[in-house]
Amino acid sequence: MPMRINGAEAALPPDPRVSLLDLLRETLHLHGTKKGCNQGACGACTVLLDGERILSCLTLAVQCEGRSVTTIEGLGGEQGLHPLQEAFIEHDAFQCGYCTPGQICSAVGMAAELRRGVPSLVTADLDAPGIAPDPAELRERMSGNLCRCGSHNGIIAAIAAHCAGAAE
Amino acid sequence: MSILENAKQTVQGAAQAAMKKAIALAPDSWLPGGQPDPLIRQQHGLIGAPVSRLDGPLKVRGQAPFAAEFPLDGMVYAAIAFSAVAKGRIAALDLAAAEAAPGVVLVMTHANTPRLQPMPLFLTAEKAAGGDDLPVMQDDRIHWNGQPIAVVLAETQEQADHASSLIRATYEAEPATIAFAEAKAQGTEPGQFMGQPLKLEKGDAEAALAASPVSVDATYVTPRHNHNPIEPHAATLAWDGDRLLLHDASQAVAHTAWSLAQVFGIEEKQVRVTSPFVGGGFGSKTLWQHQVLGAAAAKLAGRPVRIALSREGMHRMIGGRTLTEQRVAIGAQPDGRFEAIIHTGTVAMTRHNALPEPFILPTRSAYAAGSLKLDVEVAYMDMLANTFMRAPGEAVGTFALECAIDELAAKLGMDPVELRIRNEPERDPVEGTPFSARHIVEAWRAGAERFGWSRRNPTPGAVRDGEWLVGLGCATATYPYYRMPGGAARLTLTRDGRVRVEIAAHEMGMGTATAQSQVVAERLGLPLEAVSFAYGDSSLPGVVLAGGSQQTAAIGAAVAAAHRVLVAELLQLAGNDSPLAGLKPEEVGGLDGGLAGLEEPARRESYASILARAGREAVVAEASAPPPLETQHWSMHSHGAMFCEARVNRITGEPRISRFLGSMDCGRILNAKTAASQFRGGIIMGLGLALMEETQFDERKGRIMNPSLAEYHVPVHMDVPEIDVIWTDIPDPHAPMGARGVGEIGITGTGAAVANAIFNATGRRVRDLPITLDKLL
Repeated sequence: MPMRINGAEAALPPDPRVSLLDLLRETLHLHGTKKGCNQGACGACTVLLDGERILSCLTLAVQCEGRSVTTIEGLGGEQGLHPLQEAFIEHDAFQCGYCTPGQICSAVGMAAELRRGVPSLVTADLDAPGIAPDPAELRERMSGNLCRCGSHNGIIAAIAAHCAGAAE
Repeated sequence: MSILENAKQTVQGAAQAAMKKAIALAPDSWLPGGQPDPLIRQQHGLIGAPVSRLDGPLKVRGQAPFAAEFPLDGMVYAAIAFSAVAKGRIAALDLAAAEAAPGVVLVMTHANTPRLQPMPLFLTAEKAAGGDDLPVMQDDRIHWNGQPIAVVLAETQEQADHASSLIRATYEAEPATIAFAEAKAQGTEPGQFMGQPLKLEKGDAEAALAASPVSVDATYVTPRHNHNPIEPHAATLAWDGDRLLLHDASQAVAHTAWSLAQVFGIEEKQVRVTSPFVGGGFGSKTLWQHQVLGAAAAKLAGRPVRIALSREGMHRMIGGRTLTEQRVAIGAQPDGRFEAIIHTGTVAMTRHNALPEPFILPTRSAYAAGSLKLDVEVAYMDMLANTFMRAPGEAVGTFALECAIDELAAKLGMDPVELRIRNEPERDPVEGTPFSARHIVEAWRAGAERFGWSRRNPTPGAVRDGEWLVGLGCATATYPYYRMPGGAARLTLTRDGRVRVEIAAHEMGMGTATAQSQVVAERLGLPLEAVSFAYGDSSLPGVVLAGGSQQTAAIGAAVAAAHRVLVAELLQLAGNDSPLAGLKPEEVGGLDGGLAGLEEPARRESYASILARAGREAVVAEASAPPPLETQHWSMHSHGAMFCEARVNRITGEPRISRFLGSMDCGRILNAKTAASQFRGGIIMGLGLALMEETQFDERKGRIMNPSLAEYHVPVHMDVPEIDVIWTDIPDPHAPMGARGVGEIGITGTGAAVANAIFNATGRRVRDLPITLDKLL
């Protein structure tokens, strides 16, 4: 059974060593997903697998058989930019732009975790049905996505603005 | 460095000194920047506007192409094997298994690498870009632990990586100098930087220190650092006959093209380097051995090559900032006036690189003092060449200097802000030249007010919040204005009222294309949408390094020069039938899509009208910027007042930064949004320098022990509070657009502001970076 990438069917690679990241970049030429460390330490390769954020460098492509992958290229759709992509531009949430697709995919997955009430280290009320996207929560939950240019303030501001907008 | 090389540098130094004197004494009007850039007069408009990045939509979609994302037909992938010893020779390389592995196209070692010249070492020639000048896989010699010993090309990256892991090397190791103490014991040499010794004495500082009623004297230690941009170094390249096309991650495309031409013995124009987007550089993305090896292997294999370094590979073969051991001693009168500043110490480097970390640079211009003694000594080690990393010199030099001032303030019982202001110099303390624009006192006052500095309790350890000790600290940030020679630009103005700017500059996240498009639009009197900015390609005009925070000035001066040519040409085309007739080029500027008299704006003709009447579709103007003599006539520096609030856990020793403010004085700000990001970015890297960053070097093996982002810690979201930045926005009358660079200054002063805040919180003075919790327990 093939996998689906941004809605389109994609064949599994013949070489089982191929990571999802390398399949995306080298076979499918979907270069939006970035390789920063290839060992799960930087978050640049974050994509959504059945809606959950994962590190595509630590995921073998063959593990994704029958599953659905969304990359940065699949977020915006035909119409234009995803609201979070707009918020990143508005808040200057990037400089070089290399960690950006991973930050955005990670934030989309994280927002869903907040809505589901998945707690983090800094969550005060573990019984709450949903968790407020306050800056401490966002910083804690986004800490797996490194940024070296130092756009952290803009990233958190963009995500906070997006979460606030989505809640309205 | 050889004796001959030293002598050559000394002669160069003497000639430079004579020239410098003449430039210092020349009338202002002879100098670039002698007439203020007319753009400085325009206070409203696009300059300074918080325009969102023009490449934003591309970047947030993941559509901006980086070096490892250019697919080439028939391309093969490279993997590199690294030496496991620090010095000696390769006794044997067993390649049989690698060569037999599936998909392998080539295994290249010193036995079959084509004959190559060493890379021209950075700063040894105008366009030299090499991180070292060692032979590149030309013989069996090993110079550092981590040196490339073989390159494998294969049809896929997986095949190349696997085959590379099958290479077995045996070495005849030789004794290596890999411990800093041993290197120092072997004797140090004075550091040379850009032909000048990093040594200076004014008066008898040691005697003045001894005679001073109040003094401090301490040693500060900073470790090795790695740039660790999130985009790994990579190149995708192909030969077409004897022409080389290289898609690189580069902050020096023209330098890299010229340098590769020297390596391969071909003409500069036979090499084209493109680099449209760079995923962070910070000084690291110049020419290193991987581009050379990739091109050599591509030649041997007759196939295009992608050579993308692993994160470990970056630590093995891309140099970082070296370690420093600095003494700072300050002697003062009871009223705080400095009688002596001594800033001396030792750094480690190799005999094959160009940068003795010049930590004394900030001390040359920061304060008035009766006497000065500055000296950087070099101890040579067998290790990977170190290199330029964000604010080389200032980043770690200000840590030592600004901590020492804080220690002195505590001893004097003076407020550290007031102590700094009391020692403001009236002219450049070393050169004696006037300051072009120095508004650090305004920055201190505005910053102190905004941060609530007056609420600081000067007694260390006195403020508690539950289990946290809270403290405030401050420090001066400082970085020079640079503009390097070689800037040139081409402007193409078309009849539809659009302009295309072409210059071999770079976008690594600074917002270059956005800010410069704003400037060009303002200079020509066009809307932003009418400007396109082409950069990142060595075939474009100019030699423009994205380094030294100089790119903004270099592009600005080059575009201004090309603009003068353009205006002259347009006036000629306009002829006598134009309202502009009789005006000289320096009397007109861009306004509302045309040219207009600067003093008489009513005398105006649109570009479309001028070109239509002349029967022209376009005018092309190209020019070079004048040599950057302004830096020798005026003392040109940016400054900042850095304020930090630190919290230290009384039980665990954990340090956290809860507030930070940078109050900057960097001349005119060209884009409030992207400049704020540059300041914050520097400050955040400074938080890393203060609290967590250290490249761990095994002094038994000479090997870097933490070559990964899991073990080399950089600040993550949880480490970064809201960072406030404000600026004076006072134009520098002698800099293009009135702007000095903003890319590096943020990392300066920050380490000291953090250390001083931690001292105020705890009473513990930590003088060796990073300030980890074990040092606070």
